[in-house]
Amino acid sequence: MLAFTLRRAVQAIGVMFAVGIIAFSMFRFAGDPVNQIVSIDTSAAEREAVRKSLGLDDPVPVQFVRYFADAAQFKFGVSYQFRQPVSTLLMERMPATLELAICATVFAMVFGILMGVYSALRRDTVLAKLFQAVSLIGISLPTFLIGILLIYLFAVTLGWLPSFGRGEVVKLGWWSTGLLTLSGLKALIMPSITLGLFQMTLIMRLVRAEMLEVLRTDYIRFARARGLTTRAIHFGHALKNTLIPVITVAGLQFGSVIAFSIITETVFQWPGMGLLFVQAVQNVDIPIMAAYLLMVSLIFVTINLVVDILYTVVDPRLRATVGRAT
Amino acid sequence: MTEPILSVRNLQVEFASRRGTLRAIDGVSFDIAKGEVLGVVGESGAGKSVTGLAVIGLIDPPGRIAGGEVRLAGLRIDNLPPEEMRRIRGKRIGMIFQDPLTSLNPLYRVGDQIIETIRTHLNLSETAARRRAIDLLAEVGIPAPEKRIDGYPHEFSGGMRQRVVIALAICAEPELIIADEPTTALDVSVQAQIISLIKRLGRDHGTAVMLVTHDMGVIAETSDRVAVMYAGRVAEIGPVQDVVRNPLHPYAKGLMGAIPTLAGDDKRLMQIPGSMPRLSAIPRGCSFNPRCAFAFDRCRVDRPEPLPRGAQSVACHLYDSVPAESAA
Repeated sequence: MLAFTLRRAVQAIGVMFAVGIIAFSMFRFAGDPVNQIVSIDTSAAEREAVRKSLGLDDPVPVQFVRYFADAAQFKFGVSYQFRQPVSTLLMERMPATLELAICATVFAMVFGILMGVYSALRRDTVLAKLFQAVSLIGISLPTFLIGILLIYLFAVTLGWLPSFGRGEVVKLGWWSTGLLTLSGLKALIMPSITLGLFQMTLIMRLVRAEMLEVLRTDYIRFARARGLTTRAIHFGHALKNTLIPVITVAGLQFGSVIAFSIITETVFQWPGMGLLFVQAVQNVDIPIMAAYLLMVSLIFVTINLVVDILYTVVDPRLRATVGRAT
Repeated sequence: MTEPILSVRNLQVEFASRRGTLRAIDGVSFDIAKGEVLGVVGESGAGKSVTGLAVIGLIDPPGRIAGGEVRLAGLRIDNLPPEEMRRIRGKRIGMIFQDPLTSLNPLYRVGDQIIETIRTHLNLSETAARRRAIDLLAEVGIPAPEKRIDGYPHEFSGGMRQRVVIALAICAEPELIIADEPTTALDVSVQAQIISLIKRLGRDHGTAVMLVTHDMGVIAETSDRVAVMYAGRVAEIGPVQDVVRNPLHPYAKGLMGAIPTLAGDDKRLMQIPGSMPRLSAIPRGCSFNPRCAFAFDRCRVDRPEPLPRGAQSVACHLYDSVPAESAA
């Protein structure tokens, strides 16, 4: 088990190294960074001084090693547009994005599983068919459109919820949270739904399909022959078997939730990392873009690792094979 | 005569399909007495398993019990509300399925599955149920049950898993066990162990057993009586010795003739020409008539009803005491 975890961790570091190369090469291919920093009327001597102070005159391998060593300590250089360390900017924005992503995922999991189980168990009811229809909409409508529709309905027409921003936030150390104030919670509702809707429909369809599959298996038939209650069969035996693929998908989707929060954050002017990234793209702020790339990859890789480990917790058969293989 | 544990009368099971209603079971009747083992034998698709599922009330839509009745110790159970039928399943009727590898939920320890079943049917505490589960595992011949109870299904071999399945089927002391091809998926050496286990349990607890199989060897070894099924009907039923030594129905004769013997006679094995009709194309009259060497005109028109013949009962016009006009 420990060896398995270690092996996966080494693989994860390998992936991060590859991403680091890509992030680093962004600096080389997006023009001369010095030009981005200085103004047009800066003299050539001053340009050289800036170049030297940033270490840009060193050989490329040296620069790469330095970049990677810094990145490993979460030092990503200074933003061209804000003149502030990128890590500070990211740290400021990260709580907003993570809170949004977690709320969206919780929303997607809770409703997705409930609706999926319901539409598997009561396949022929009107409500189950309605869920299926709604899930089609959720899968096919683009995120920004859903966001704008929600804003139009609940913010503009009904005036119940704020149309942008995080509301009031409370500082807990370096973490700023919107979960502790009423306006913060209200501001969280629409972005979470917008961001989580796609995952919710995905999970719902997955749970429904898996559940129908599991209900056909021999051990469910045998559980019925043993006279177990319908509730024990559906929620004890069937649901647990259904959840294995759901954990994978939901886990991997959490990474894309963070990555796709770019769109939701833009629609709702949510002050998170995604909005920061969009602004960085508009201003060719490469340190931020590179750092964002690294952060998102790190999150993806970490989630993959956690999902792999979670698997073995849920499924005893994997525990055995993992133990045997190592 | 005491009342049989299981009494099935004129049972009919239908499946609704796109091309109309298919009748999988058509007028099956049999009894099983306390402590008796009834073997049910027939080709694939003869309706053996469906009969078992109908008795325990697990026919799923689009299938349904269309007629007849099933009585468990006198109580009619084929039309009970689902919740009452659920209480009977596992408590008064235990069932063993064909494939032990897929019968157990892979994510739960075998002990948890046994304890769950015990506590569903008997009012026992967690500790008492666990003790009972260990006793059950010991009874079905699992070594070191107090350790194995915490194992997961994948840690057991096929034969051991079938023992666990049997322990699950008997954990509430049922009056009837339905074993649906319990040995088909197992190695031959393990088959014998499982068969003798089922036999011993039936004897020790006075449990009636309905043993569904297509293996005549298993039937001959285990059963007291045997029912030969063909195309959803009982062709012949009677004491196992009589049916094996002196089969009456032409189909039963064919089946017995197809069993190789160790006696060393090098005669070719008999085979029955053709194959069983599909449910959608069951012939008029006797469903066996197209394959029957003795078929005469009446067989193509009239459906034969079971006729008593000594201890046996056979559904064949050849044994009708009233001579058919055309046959004369």
